[in-house]
This record gives sequence, C-alpha cells and structure tokens, in this order.
Amino acid sequence: MKDIDYQKLEFAQSPMPTTAGGRHGVVVVGAGPVGLSMALDMAQRGHRVILLDDDCRLSAGSRAICFAKRTLDIWDRLGVGQAMVDKGVSWNVGKVFFKNDPVWSFDLLPETGHRRPAFINLQQYYCEGYLYEAAAREDNIDLRWRHKVIGVTRESTHVVITVETPDGCYTLSADWLIACDGARSPLRKMLGLENQGRVFRDRFLIADVKMQADFPSERWFWFDPPFHPNQSVLLHRQPDNVWRIDFQLGWDADPLEEVKPEKVMPRIQTLLGPDARFELEWVSVYTFACERMHTFRHDRILFAGDAAHRVSPFGARGANSGVQDADNLAWKLDLVMRGLAPTSLIDTYCQEREFAAEENIRHSSRSTDFITPKSEISLLFRNMTLRLAKDYEFARKLVNSGRLSTATSYAQSALNTPDGDAFSPALPVGAPAPDAPISVQGDRRWWLGQLGAGFVIAVFCPRHPPGAQALRDLARLQEDPLAPKALLVLGKTLDPDGIDTHGLARVHDVDGVAHVRYDARDHTTYLVRPDQHIAARWRGIDPDAILAALRRATRAADEGN
Amino acid sequence: MKTLNTSANFDAPDDFYEALIDAHRDLDTAQSHALNAALVLLLANHIGDHDVVADALSKARQTVLRS
Repeated sequence: MKDIDYQKLEFAQSPMPTTAGGRHGVVVVGAGPVGLSMALDMAQRGHRVILLDDDCRLSAGSRAICFAKRTLDIWDRLGVGQAMVDKGVSWNVGKVFFKNDPVWSFDLLPETGHRRPAFINLQQYYCEGYLYEAAAREDNIDLRWRHKVIGVTRESTHVVITVETPDGCYTLSADWLIACDGARSPLRKMLGLENQGRVFRDRFLIADVKMQADFPSERWFWFDPPFHPNQSVLLHRQPDNVWRIDFQLGWDADPLEEVKPEKVMPRIQTLLGPDARFELEWVSVYTFACERMHTFRHDRILFAGDAAHRVSPFGARGANSGVQDADNLAWKLDLVMRGLAPTSLIDTYCQEREFAAEENIRHSSRSTDFITPKSEISLLFRNMTLRLAKDYEFARKLVNSGRLSTATSYAQSALNTPDGDAFSPALPVGAPAPDAPISVQGDRRWWLGQLGAGFVIAVFCPRHPPGAQALRDLARLQEDPLAPKALLVLGKTLDPDGIDTHGLARVHDVDGVAHVRYDARDHTTYLVRPDQHIAARWRGIDPDAILAALRRATRAADEGN
Repeated sequence: MKTLNTSANFDAPDDFYEALIDAHRDLDTAQSHALNAALVLLLANHIGDHDVVADALSKARQTVLRS
C-alpha cells in the first residue's frame, strides 16, 4: 500500500459550534505529537475532548525524527505504536568520529527481550499522520481545524477560552485546558508567562536529502570532519530513502543565505563525494535554547511539551519528553475528573515533569557545551577528550554528541512508597516498568502490553503460586474504585494451565526474563501506575500495604483539601 | 565526603617535578597546553571520585583568582 503524503493533506476548516455547549471537560490546544497523544489518552479513558488547532495541516518538513523506546511504549498503549515502528527505521547504535577516525560506538539497547528498539527515526509528518488517524477514528475527540485560541480567562473553577475561526469567534468553557501549542506557545504569551533558561549562540543547518546510500541504520556524528572543518555533522537515516544531515554552522552564519540550495548542495556534495546523486527534501536553519516554564500548572491550565520546556535537538529530548508529559498527565486528570483522586494529584504532574524537564535541560546543555565549546580552553579540552578517546576507554565516556533520551525515573516522587524490603538498586521505585517477553495462553506477547491503562498489581511466582487466601485478597483489591488489575507472573517451570488462579489474569514468564528484570522471588509484588511507572513493591502479598500504596499514588490522603 | 589530599604524598618530589618539566621539553606553548589538558583528563579519571576532583578544581581556581 502506498503511503499517504501527510505533508500535503489539508483539512477542511471545522465549522463553528452552533450552540455554546455548556461546560466542557478537557480542551487540548495544539494537534502536534503531544496534543494528539494527550487527546487520544483522555478519549480512550472515556472523556470527551475538544482538540483545537490554529492550522489545517500536519507537520511541514521532517522536524522531529527520533522517537525513543519509552515514547513507542506509550504509543503502544494508545494503539498507534505498531504503525510508527512499521514505517520507521529502527536503530540502536551510534558512532562518533573525530576528523576521519571512529572514536566511539555505543549501543543504546544492548540486551534483547524488549518489544521496541532504543529508537526509531520517522518524519514528524508520519508520526502526526498516524496519531491524527487514530484521533479521527475516536468518537470522543472533537478535532477542530483552524480554530485559533485568541483569549483565555482563568476562573476559579474553570477556564473561558475565546476561539477565532475564519467564520467568526466563539467562547468555550472548560474544566481543564491543556496547552500543547508548541515552543512559541501563544497561550503562554496570553497568560504573560515566560520560559527561563539559556539561549545558545550557534546555528545549525538541517538538510533532509533523498538519495540511495549504503550508510547503515545508525546515528553518525562527526566532530571536525575534513568535509566540514571545525564544525560538527550529524547523519541519520529516515524512511523513504530520506537522510537527515545536520551541519553546525557557527553563530556568524547568515540563516537566510544558508538555506539557499546553491549554499546547501555543495556542503552535501562534499560529504557524500562528487558522484553522489541526491535531491533536497527540506532545509531549515535553527538556533536553540534550553529553557522551561517555572511551573507547568496555572490553576486549570496545564502546559505540556515544547510549550512548557525546550531543549537542544541533540539527545532527541523534545518530542519524546512531551509525549511523556501527556502520559504522566492523562491518568491523573482522568482520576481527578472522575472524582477518584483529589485535585492535588495534578500538582504531582508538575513535580514529576518539571523534574524531568530539568533533567532533560541538564543533559541537553551539557551536550551543547561539548558540541559548541564556548571558549578556547573549552575547545582544547573537547578536542583532547576526542583524541584520548581513540586510545583510552575512559575518554569515550566523556564524549558527548548528545545523551539520547531515556525515560525519566521519578525516584523522588511523593507518589512512591519507599522500599521496606531489599531490592536490587538496578530498578528503583519510580522507574518505568521494564519490558520482557512473556506468553499468554500459549501465545508470545510482551509484558508491557499486558499492563493496560490502569493500576496493576503484579505478583511474581517463579516456583509457587500464591495460596487461596492471598488470591482472594487480590481479587478483593480489584474491586476497589481505582480498579487495579491483579496479574500473576508464573515462572517458566510452572504449568500455567495446571494452576487455579481464582479468575485472576496470568502471564507465563517463558524465558525467565521478567523475573530477572524485576529481581523477583516467590510472591514479590509490584504496584505499577497507569503510566507504567513503578509505585511500590514488596517481598510478599500484603493487601493493606498494597491499598495504602494505591492511596498514596493517588494522593487520597489529601482528600477534602 | 572525601577531600583532596594536600599533604606531601610523593615518594620522591624532585623526581616528579623533573618528569613534569621533561614531559614539556621541546613543545611549543600550544602543545604544552594540550599536554596539560590531556594530563588533567588522565589524572582526574584515575582519581575518579567526584568530590575529590571537585575539591582539586576548587583549590586550583582559588589559587589562580587569589594571585
């Protein structure tokens, strides 16, 4: 089947609503990767979502191309992961060159037994295309093109939004407004809020070219290569024989001149050699900043993605962290809107994702300081590190061409129940639950695919299933209003058909990988949050402790505040 | 927290100093700066402990700013 040219799609302007429509639950602004993910997540949790976009097109140009494993795991939960992976170029390996010489190679996913690779490369228009198609199939999403927010008023219990369309203006009242309107966020400006951080004095040229080439599906990064002296170059493979080439230009480069084909083509020809044939797909010159909003919540307006925080592109921490924002916020907003958690649960979105933004900004700033040294001595240390890296292992660890996006571990989160029992420090509470190959009723499946969208109580049973009383306790826990799902993880030596689980769901750890990754013994129990982060764990099945951890993970103690 | 050992630690201090000056023999100033950078990286990795290295960086910087 031929791919849809998502860049050319132009959506019909959505009509003005004929009635005021009363109070709406959730309004999301911005139909980019973050806004679409947010809308899908809320819709799948049963909420009506109005998604407003000021344009009538998806992404023009490839823009964000690297989507991380954690993002793919989230999109799997939303049902769009497979389309992304089928089309995307999967990769795990990065190589770094200094001048002509390879100095370091890294594997971002050195172990097997994960459904998803460390990364896929996929043009942003495909990513948005697949998310859009899922949103268009979703009855709960009212996607309105060319509906531009031009005013917003904060009331104590809701938000009033003024929307401009080519046919006129109207107002909407919403319990919650989620601003996913990008780095230049008009909503942020309307509220008089600012990002704070560092702007970097350097310019980069993105040239996406179409060509037949035999470079492997790896991330290649050159410092000071002979074909582009004193600067850096990044090469990445995308689907459809499109290659991302990213040239560092320096601060003095003229952005208007540098995007002209007569300037771009010779740069690429020098890289590829005189015989290479290619055509330009997309060219852009960019600068960047590492900055964020002081807080992501302003009463009933919540900021997510680039609207809330920006990083340099080295590390692929922009779109990936934005999708994690949506993943973190959706389940909390759902519980608050259904009256199952106090509003203060929303504040933990800010605490956890502001912490994540800080982590991403720190990594991104450090990469930028290595790639763009700010002084003569900084350049000297950078180049010496690269020279030492050829011969000495320690220096390779210092080479920083971008620390690529990994999921943030909420190790300090107030939602966690700290360990009372001893566990391997390799997997801390607050970390995202690791994947593992398992089987369900004899069919090969992936562990993360079994967790669903709610809380999970996973009980590991490498050798012995729990006793009848423990099984009854688990069944009773499932009746809690938060509806946690109990899941027995049976060891590979157990016969899953020979065990009466009293109706509880079971998976078979056929390779024994899950037990190792979760440092599990008989009846080791994990409480996993709806965003698949670990909330608590124990060495036995204690229903009171599980219930207390569930209350803590939803801030139930704040009830009435 | 570990701190930098600033009491005398060389078995033969004069041998070390001679070796340091010898390492720079016949190098121009740019090469000498590069050598010093390499030396800092190699020694800092050998120490490894972040607190000790940070203490050394701080003492070195204070020394420069005071003079």
